[in-house]
Amino acid sequence: MSDALSDDGSVNQDDSQEDVMTPAELIAKLEEAWLNEKFSPELQENKSEVVECVMEQLTHMEENLQRVKKGDAKASIHRMEIDRIRFVLSSYLRSRLQKIEKFFPHVLEKEKSRGEGDPSLLSPEEFAFAKEYYANTETYLKAVALKHMPPNLQTVDMLKAVPEPCLDSFVFLRVKEKQENILVEPETDDQREYVVDLEEGSQHLMRYRTIAPLVSTGAVQLI
Amino acid sequence: MFCEKAMELIRELQRSSEGQLPAFNEDGLRQVLQEMEALYEQNQTDVNEAKADGRADLIPSIKLRHCCLLRNQRCLTAYLYDRLLRIRALRWEYGSVLPANVRFHMCAEEVQWFSHYKKSLASFMRSLGGAEGLDITQDMKPPKSLYIQVRCLKDHGELEIDDGTVILLKKNSQHFLPRWKCEQLIRQGVLEHVMS
Repeated sequence: MSDALSDDGSVNQDDSQEDVMTPAELIAKLEEAWLNEKFSPELQENKSEVVECVMEQLTHMEENLQRVKKGDAKASIHRMEIDRIRFVLSSYLRSRLQKIEKFFPHVLEKEKSRGEGDPSLLSPEEFAFAKEYYANTETYLKAVALKHMPPNLQTVDMLKAVPEPCLDSFVFLRVKEKQENILVEPETDDQREYVVDLEEGSQHLMRYRTIAPLVSTGAVQLI
Repeated sequence: MFCEKAMELIRELQRSSEGQLPAFNEDGLRQVLQEMEALYEQNQTDVNEAKADGRADLIPSIKLRHCCLLRNQRCLTAYLYDRLLRIRALRWEYGSVLPANVRFHMCAEEVQWFSHYKKSLASFMRSLGGAEGLDITQDMKPPKSLYIQVRCLKDHGELEIDDGTVILLKKNSQHFLPRWKCEQLIRQGVLEHVMS
């Protein structure tokens, strides 16, 4: 993968405050974000810098490909690589968008209650999309049914009407950094809470709620 | 029985198989709204009477009607919302232009919702990354190979591929084409992926 991208050695040339990342590292980052997003029940933090860098990289590679002679065997290998990266990127953005659509009132609520310095869950584009989706759906429901209903029933609380992400669902994960004393809450009444240590490299099946903070810090990877 | 009509709407959606969009049941919708109006009026009279004459015996029936009203509201919004989700799925399947037989089943407001949704999605995709953006409705499946064998299911006219070659897509002809060119045509049912 790094070979295909090595035409352009430094991705973050114009991004001075960030560490320089090799293309291979960038793609690894994208894949990590993609898997986490795909397997977690709730929306993860946005990784718009990664998305932007990958997009840039793709454009670069396309440009380089234009210069390659027709019928060159290397060209089709690179082409394939571009397709693969584009698939991962699209799939990543798609699963985010799906979650935004599915849980739109909750996503917007979370965004509203977020503190000043906290990182935003949504990228500006996603935020615009979510707001439009909310307004659009609300207008629609009003126009078709709600406005014809008796006066005390003309509003629907979207937060209650649209299902919340189920944080208690179980996820598979691999530990990237050793964790100690993770508190696991009881599942049934006759169980007690207990603590576990997560060894580096080990794999587990756990409730998402328990390890949600570790996913966002990157200490564990959902698989 | 109260709420029967609203339940009928929900059942109608449940009966239609996954992803199918049945015709918009305007009649059913109107009947439910009428029932709600009647319930509401009855409640208003009863509430007034209960207040004026202090008739506590009316309260249970008021409560019952109110529950029916809430249930009707919930069923109606669920019906409408579920249809929206189906329409949304169609956008991802067919692209921004829906086939006529699907549009036929939508009410005017749904068409409007769809066009708004289409616009939001388009501006979202345009804003991604570089100048042209990224079409995330493409690349739905992980790429296995660069070129795939496809068969034409209907006459579609000419198709130009990246290097400038023009291919005539005629019914029953087979082609070996770049996958990223065919994906949408396959989903539209113009081409069929031939597995060897």
